[in-house]
Amino acid sequence: MKLFGEKAVRRILMVTAFSALSGLLLIALFILNEGLPFIFKYGIKEFLFSSDWYPHLGKFGIYPMIVASLWVTLGAMIVGAPLGVFGAIFLSEYTPRPVMKIIKPTIELLAAIPSVVYGFIGVMVLAPIIRANFGGPGLSLLAASIILGIMILPTVISISIDSILAVPQSYREGSYALGATTWQTTHMVTIKASKSGIIASIILGLGRAIGETMAVIMVAGNSVNIPNTPLDSVRTLTANIALEMSYATGMHRQALFATGVVLLIVIIILNSLASVAIRKRMVKR
Amino acid sequence: MKTKFQIKDFSFYFNEEKVLKNINFEIEANSILGIIGPAGSGKTTFLRSLNRMNDLESGYRIEGNILLDGIDIYKPEYDVVELRKKVGMVFAMPVPLPMSIYENVVYGPRLSGVQDKKRLDELVEKSLSSAYLWEEVKDRLHTSGMRLSGGQQQRLCLARVLAMEPEAILLDEPSSGLDPISTAKIEDALTVLKKSYTIILVTNNTKQAARVADNTAFFLMGELIELGTTSQIFTSPVKTQTDDYITGRFG
Amino acid sequence: MRIHPRYTQRGAVVILGGATLLTLVILIFIIVFILEKGLPVLGWNFLTSNPEDMGRSGGIFPTLIGTIILPLIAIIIATPLGVFTSVYLSEYTKETRATKIIRFGTDCLAGIPSIIFGLFGYIFFVITLGMGWSLLAGGLTLAVMILPTIIRTSEEAIRAVPKSYREVSFSLGASSWQTVKKVILPNALPGIVTGVMLSIGRSIGETAAVIFTAGSSLRIPTSLLDSARTMSVHFYILAREGISAENAYGTAAALIIAVLLVNLSAYWLMNRFISKRS
Repeated sequence: MKLFGEKAVRRILMVTAFSALSGLLLIALFILNEGLPFIFKYGIKEFLFSSDWYPHLGKFGIYPMIVASLWVTLGAMIVGAPLGVFGAIFLSEYTPRPVMKIIKPTIELLAAIPSVVYGFIGVMVLAPIIRANFGGPGLSLLAASIILGIMILPTVISISIDSILAVPQSYREGSYALGATTWQTTHMVTIKASKSGIIASIILGLGRAIGETMAVIMVAGNSVNIPNTPLDSVRTLTANIALEMSYATGMHRQALFATGVVLLIVIIILNSLASVAIRKRMVKR
Repeated sequence: MKTKFQIKDFSFYFNEEKVLKNINFEIEANSILGIIGPAGSGKTTFLRSLNRMNDLESGYRIEGNILLDGIDIYKPEYDVVELRKKVGMVFAMPVPLPMSIYENVVYGPRLSGVQDKKRLDELVEKSLSSAYLWEEVKDRLHTSGMRLSGGQQQRLCLARVLAMEPEAILLDEPSSGLDPISTAKIEDALTVLKKSYTIILVTNNTKQAARVADNTAFFLMGELIELGTTSQIFTSPVKTQTDDYITGRFG
Repeated sequence: MRIHPRYTQRGAVVILGGATLLTLVILIFIIVFILEKGLPVLGWNFLTSNPEDMGRSGGIFPTLIGTIILPLIAIIIATPLGVFTSVYLSEYTKETRATKIIRFGTDCLAGIPSIIFGLFGYIFFVITLGMGWSLLAGGLTLAVMILPTIIRTSEEAIRAVPKSYREVSFSLGASSWQTVKKVILPNALPGIVTGVMLSIGRSIGETAAVIFTAGSSLRIPTSLLDSARTMSVHFYILAREGISAENAYGTAAALIIAVLLVNLSAYWLMNRFISKRS
């Protein structure tokens, strides 16, 4: 009787696990199924590299959105990566442990602030500053980059700190024993040993930036064009989906799913890179 | 003398590496068998084969049989849970589960369905007494088992096994990290317990085997080199490797 | 020319410390900015009265309801699914190529932009299954969105339970399920709960996946098939359509406080967990 119970539990768990995982798999397949046929029918080259996005005319070229997403993500990295990595180094190597233990969760808490709030700050505070100092509409590539750069800070800082703290204390002691200063130890020993973890943190931050939607919609301006300057208004891949989803039908809807497929592939590539970087860290240790 | 375990041409492969090589011997009931040998000789793997703890690992394969009271414990329909209730185990590192001393001891009996509070109380007192721990903890049975010292924790682990009322007890270097007093207490407990249990003691400390074991087996590189009464092994070993090991020439 | 180590040391402290300070200032500014403008609006009345004139005046009561119910639906569905799945993966299967692929798959899904879940939920739940814009469609979409995270955090919590506990439990004659029930889950529970709390936080703040699946009706929902608006969606609409800056700030303040409360309790649980362990 008892043995039956054990078997039943195992079966229940197996069925649950199987349905949860296959459900998730189905979602991925559903999106691919809605998007991939369109890409092939419309032509990969036409879809990815044409600048004509006129849904009402049946023209679906997402090149401007791809370029915008790349620029915005790159901009977010330029703003967020150094700030985040420097912050992580300072907090883990130059800050007393108890202080770090308060500041780190505080910063992580900020990952929880809804993206619409970041977007709102971008509209109310950042855009007017940009408009006043550099001209242009304010809602721009630059504004989106800065806001996203701030949004990825918690991810970059938190994962970087974890990987810096994972460097064995004996490495640092070895360096100090040879008369090195904190900075010499940090950049010659600690950063080297935690490099792949830091890189992983930036990659995961990029994943967050490229997938962010609401904040970007609010601050990027959303015009479909290839930006010439950081002050131009741009529309990213995610914004494109969100802006047109509620009224899209037929080919247009499929084109949005196809945009989703492109995003999906980018995310999978970024995740693979991050997990390779993290695994490298494990192997090295 | 009654035989408890029969090991018949038993080999153990881990990731296709032969870790135990064609082991053949019998283990007497109601005695202490000491298993000695240098690190990596397969002692622990052998011990964990006796209650199929190796099942928790992946990538292993076995050949041959191990019989408990004449029944093959590796035959497919054999109930592993029942096996582990009959064959208890104390690990090298003392691992109290994160619960009270009392809860640690009744963990096994509760699993087998013992609910009666009085019966459980009796088991706790009896097991802790047999493990020479009762006097030290009887006033704080409901504090966490993790607050005990290392030596006390290991005796708690022994008591936890005794509470299951097993037939055999496997000990894997039970005193490797302990102070001499705790070690002595555990050894004293074992010499009393062998009257009712079959005890198999893997140890890195040849002197411990000499002190408590009735019979001693010497393992080297996955092979059983020599088996005999403890006095024979320590005074007139037949094989030169055995002699070299117990006189401290290697290992 | 070689700069003396003492100066590089000082330079490093200034630059690194400056970066940290700037980060903290920005982040604190965001919270203070919202709270300063929002708190005067936010009051008992604001929370419990109905919005008037599309939210131009009045309160946010219906969105409060939406904000509670949607994450609740998501958590009720995703928690058992996620926890059982992680128990099965970590305790009932051996580490193989297949489990590694599953783990990578859930990692990827956890990183998928929420707008893609919104797109999926809209086409699948709202249109194909005919649920319309509803609490149910929104809740299911959120459940699907947080499921990978719950699987991942639960699995991490379960793996953090020392292997020796399992060995001891099995050696004492416990079956797999007895071990899970008596040793693994009690020890992994705080970690699992933390993961669930963080998912609730994420659901509360989510906009992209919700606005296209639960809709944005300002009426108080009376059934699971009614459309509803969450605070984040309400805030987004107020802000984006320039309906009322004042009420937008008030809603944002309520939103931030809710999210911070949920996350703070998650950290509190986590810390209790860690201090109990050591």
